[in-house]
Amino acid sequence: MQSILQVNQLHKQFKQLKAVNGVSFEVAEGVCLGLLGPNGAGKTTTVEMLEGIRPLDKGTIKYRGKPLSKDFKNKAGIMFQSTALQDFITVQESLQLFQRMYTQVSDLTQIIEDCALGDFLHQNTASLSGGQRQRVLLAIALVNDPDIIFLDEPTTGLDPQARHNFWQLIHKIKQQNKTIVLTTHYMDEAYELCDEIIIMDHGKIIAQGTPRDLLAEHFNDVVVQVPISSALDNLLMSSTGTKLKASRQPDGVEICSSDVNQTVKLLLEANISLSGLQIRPRTLEDLFLELTGKGLRQ
Amino acid sequence: MRLQRFLSVLKARDREFVRDRSALAWNIVFPLLIILGFAYAFTGDQLDQYKVGVINQPADAGLGFLGTRYMQLIEISESGKSLAISKVKRHQLDILLDAGEKRYWINDSSPTGYLLEKVLAGSGGGDYQKQLVTGQQIRYIDWLIPGVLGMNMMFSALFGVGYVVVRYRKNGVLKRLKATPLTALEFLSAQIVSRLWLIMAITITVYIGCHLLIGFVMRGSYLNLLLVFTLGAFSMISMGLIVAARVRSEEMAGGLLNLFSWPMMFLSGVWFSLEGLHPWVQKLALMFPLTHITQAARGIMMDGAGLMVIMPNLLALLVMSIIFLLLGVWLFRWE
Repeated sequence: MQSILQVNQLHKQFKQLKAVNGVSFEVAEGVCLGLLGPNGAGKTTTVEMLEGIRPLDKGTIKYRGKPLSKDFKNKAGIMFQSTALQDFITVQESLQLFQRMYTQVSDLTQIIEDCALGDFLHQNTASLSGGQRQRVLLAIALVNDPDIIFLDEPTTGLDPQARHNFWQLIHKIKQQNKTIVLTTHYMDEAYELCDEIIIMDHGKIIAQGTPRDLLAEHFNDVVVQVPISSALDNLLMSSTGTKLKASRQPDGVEICSSDVNQTVKLLLEANISLSGLQIRPRTLEDLFLELTGKGLRQ
Repeated sequence: MRLQRFLSVLKARDREFVRDRSALAWNIVFPLLIILGFAYAFTGDQLDQYKVGVINQPADAGLGFLGTRYMQLIEISESGKSLAISKVKRHQLDILLDAGEKRYWINDSSPTGYLLEKVLAGSGGGDYQKQLVTGQQIRYIDWLIPGVLGMNMMFSALFGVGYVVVRYRKNGVLKRLKATPLTALEFLSAQIVSRLWLIMAITITVYIGCHLLIGFVMRGSYLNLLLVFTLGAFSMISMGLIVAARVRSEEMAGGLLNLFSWPMMFLSGVWFSLEGLHPWVQKLALMFPLTHITQAARGIMMDGAGLMVIMPNLLALLVMSIIFLLLGVWLFRWE
């Protein structure tokens, strides 16, 4: 696939803080690229440089092989992490306001239908719920029929139902072969939506690839979850138990195992009840913990 | 600059202002309340002192007239003589004496002037030569209205642009607009034009409202007055842009806007004449657009001043507008 964005050695420093430190990657046309990382990892700064609204200290960004120009604003759709709309104007008026900023525009009726805005189209933007508001902001990002769409933590603060509704919208956009750059804190969101992910920490890329490839590359085991019991405590303190790669969680103990049969056998030999035992595959959250040593929302 | 983008931002801003009923009402009600309040406070016969202007006041008590009770003696310098005569014309002084030239001026339609003339003749001023002037009475409220209209324009311009743009910056509206092809020039032009026509519409409404409720003097050209108010509003909106250029906090913007507006409110001659103030304060006042709006509007409304008379004020407003505008645009940052 052809690259729509080529990013080479991006650097950005705020006083003493190196927010972005030598980031390079390419975004293929039509894919959804996820930028993951904890707070302060440099995701938003990177995205804002890609959007062309924050100047670079060093490095280059090319759109379809050419350096970013003023015209890039016509090609990009942007949804910021937090944006207020003007007070006392309706959803429809907001959409029209932003549509008139561009020379090339989408059909508003279609956007309204795709983003399911019909029920509150004539409502003041100040009175929208969180989910409605995010849908309006996404619709605004689409008014110029963009080639590439930047979504900066679009579902932060939404309830699970609103998040799932929002994911459906993004799936619809993906079907139109639009390129999406998404930053998120949510690993399930990245797994659901992204064709490729980049994990950042301290302004650098620490892993890059498809979610499936990254998990396969870093893990060859599964997680056995066992409810806490005194027998399990005894096992973990014994010489046999210390050989297990186990970690305590609030609702039980997680044992990483590349041989589930052997692990289960050990548990049975120690008279540990298998009631409540669960086996789950490795997730992106595990990968992140493995790579950075901290949780995503830290 | 693309007209469509400019018009879209202009329309959105107009809608925002017009639909904010409380702000709209306050912009109209506030000046009306002030004018009506002052009209009530200064109407009637509660001012029981006669106002006597004296040029070359004698050091000795030779002229018994000056010792008469219930008279407020106002010492006037030789250079302030013509202004003092115009005050006799407007009934702001009941009589003006020049003890050096032994002359006095009274208004031929002033009953208090007539009485004081009789008192002067009977108390050592019989040899004073009478100078008759003509002119209708100017009430304090007539004098006040041009300044209050200007002051309302000032608040609306400074806070309506300065505060609103800072709020847009703080809550991310500007950042979102920056991500579109909209240019700073298009955005700022829309803010200026939107606020300008809203101020003019409000000022005309308040003017008509005051005229219907209490009536006031208007001796000059309405076109000239419109020109003064338009240029004045433009200069103060441009001043608001300077505050709005970079500030990110509404509290800071509020402080800065007060820093601009309070000295103007008290030192631009809105409430009282600047004549008695220290010369450097008078010079400082000339740096405020509100001073020039007030002076020019008073000249037109009270004296029927023509374009040439108010030209210095218009030129001052024009120069200030250009400086403020260039500075505001140059300093402007979206974030």
